[in-house]
Amino acid sequence: MKTFDKDRLMLAIAGPLLALVSAFVLTMIVLAATGINPIEPLRIMVENGGYEDIQVLIVNQAGTYYLAALAVAIGFRMNLFNIGVDGQYRLAAMISAVVGGAIALPGPLHILLIVLVAMLTGAFWAGIAGVLKAKRGVSEVVSTIMLNAIATSLIAWLILPKNLGVQVEGSNDLTTGEIAESGWFPALSLGDSGEIYGFTFIAFALGIVYWFVLNRTRFGFDLRASGASETAAAASGVDSKKMIITAMLISGAVAGLSGMPVLLGESHTYTLVFPVGVGFTGITIALLGRNSPVGIFFAALLMAFIDKASAGLDTAGYAKEIGTIMKGLIVIAVVVSYELIRRYGIRRQQQKVGEELAAGHAMKTEKEVAA
Amino acid sequence: MRRITRIATVGIASAALALSATACGGKKSSDAAASPSESGGQKSAAIAYDIGGRGDQSFNDAAYAGLKKAETELKIKGAEAEPTDGEGEADKVQRLTELARKGNNPVIGVGFAYAPAIKKVAPKFPNTTFGIIDDTSVTGPNVANMVFNEEQGSYLAGVAAAKASKTGTVGFIGGVEVPLIKKFEAGFTQGVKDTNPNAKVLSTYLTQPPNFDGFAKPDLGKAAAQGQLDAGGADVIYAAAGLAGSGAIEAASAKGKWAIGVDSDQYNQAGLAKYKDSILTSVTKDVSDSVFNLIKSVEDGKPTTGEIRYGLDKDGVGLADSNPKYKEMTDLVAAVEKAKADIIAKKITVKTAP
Repeated sequence: MKTFDKDRLMLAIAGPLLALVSAFVLTMIVLAATGINPIEPLRIMVENGGYEDIQVLIVNQAGTYYLAALAVAIGFRMNLFNIGVDGQYRLAAMISAVVGGAIALPGPLHILLIVLVAMLTGAFWAGIAGVLKAKRGVSEVVSTIMLNAIATSLIAWLILPKNLGVQVEGSNDLTTGEIAESGWFPALSLGDSGEIYGFTFIAFALGIVYWFVLNRTRFGFDLRASGASETAAAASGVDSKKMIITAMLISGAVAGLSGMPVLLGESHTYTLVFPVGVGFTGITIALLGRNSPVGIFFAALLMAFIDKASAGLDTAGYAKEIGTIMKGLIVIAVVVSYELIRRYGIRRQQQKVGEELAAGHAMKTEKEVAA
Repeated sequence: MRRITRIATVGIASAALALSATACGGKKSSDAAASPSESGGQKSAAIAYDIGGRGDQSFNDAAYAGLKKAETELKIKGAEAEPTDGEGEADKVQRLTELARKGNNPVIGVGFAYAPAIKKVAPKFPNTTFGIIDDTSVTGPNVANMVFNEEQGSYLAGVAAAKASKTGTVGFIGGVEVPLIKKFEAGFTQGVKDTNPNAKVLSTYLTQPPNFDGFAKPDLGKAAAQGQLDAGGADVIYAAAGLAGSGAIEAASAKGKWAIGVDSDQYNQAGLAKYKDSILTSVTKDVSDSVFNLIKSVEDGKPTTGEIRYGLDKDGVGLADSNPKYKEMTDLVAAVEKAKADIIAKKITVKTAP
């Protein structure tokens, strides 16, 4: 039993490793093919990653990514592809910023309220897709993509000054008004290098909650069972429709949380230039991290590293889009390498079972002889 | 038991990471290159671009032109930095801090998105001048706000469009529906209506924020312009949409109708040479001069601060007349000149919101 586990662990590490190595090699090939020095940009990125202020950016960004990826992973575990994390995240950030800006409560309560509103908004938006899937069989892939677009338009309308938005005198930006200081999450200050948002730690702590709920609760078992085989789960008494809606609600709630590190730690308002695309990066990270809380953690750090370390490439005379190429290649490499490793794993397992059966048979015959 | 070990690993790993960020060395990204720019004795100025970066044929390129001019005329060294898609305020703070720490002066944020970041960074570098374009909400003893009366230039475009139109229907295409672009729409519509009260203005925005594709994708501009030309019956199209506007110009040119460009004199833009006969005029916004002037003021030892407004009176905005066909329409030119004089004399007040 023990050896079998070790094999699985090795296979689990081999997948991402193979993906990363091939992605980096492919990036170098792309660079070389376009006549750019293939080593230098990567060296600069590693060097950038060594600076303290960049590290702060990486850790903070990883926190946001981690939450987005958890949201995606919850769906993945149930075979639900929640592409709408980005829309849920933006809508939740916007609505919670409006509520947080309009109401002032004593410290912790204020933060709690903002966080709750964000979770509820995210859950509501994802829940629409969940209900459509459960009641009408609408593919959640289609509905969540469409809900992303609807969220964009809804936010654009809500943030108009005649509705919920505020246009600060002399600014060309639209905001939702600043949240009072009681609603700012305390941060870990690192002096000149910036500060790590307090919510980043909560984000990583949620990874433990995620692991516990999925692996140590009845709900988690039902979720995983439904993901592995819906019919088998139904046969063992799982209400699949209820599971779809619940999973989408939780996924959306976590997606709603992914805006919190920035909202509570940095901007304290939702503006036209609030970061976008977090949900899509979350999909990549969940894939790369194989839906495991540990894997996602490292994948989130890696993506944040590529983002922040490549941003300075243009000052060194290289296109910062090298980072984008790298991320794209990682996605392709992940899909291919996981499939290869999966096939290899199955072959190996078959071989092993075959050997064990043969050995067992041999033992049996020996016993018979002895008898 | 195994499971618990795994949790512990995660905890330790994350703690270690956070600590490594806090404890190791304290080397910052600006430390590396701090010396070369200073040791050369050459002064340097920096600009941090808006979304799209250099090469957008429009807003950012205009800022770059100003920096380039300063490099040749003032013999300074220019530094540039571009944003990444979907980045947040923290990234902008880091970028400006890095540019300021490296000894660049002034440091100019191109676009209103830099306002919150400048608010945080400027007080930390009291001896550096920070410039911001399109924003007056952030102020400080070392902050220069460079703003433009886009609505005034657009008003003139409206006058020209109403005069040039035969159908009495003209089109406005805005890149992204943000307050800044609404200023263009407001001025344009007012200019059209003041010239021909019966004229109709069709107005389309390509995307809604935070989707800024409307400034970047020419195909969107092309499709919107085709709609206004075919279904709407418009025969003059004014596109305030950055790079996406080139699609609108292409569509108007294909139909033999007029297009009005934006930001720089697009008649003279090499990338649009194929369609230049259809570009009636362009609403210019002199971002490059504003950048150059600020750098020069710092070099002269008298850094400008506070609000610097570029209106029609200072030729900060205006209407280009490079197209010979534009100059041939004497009636139109006269109307535009009159409107310009009236605005400068404050006989006409142009609205900033539709």
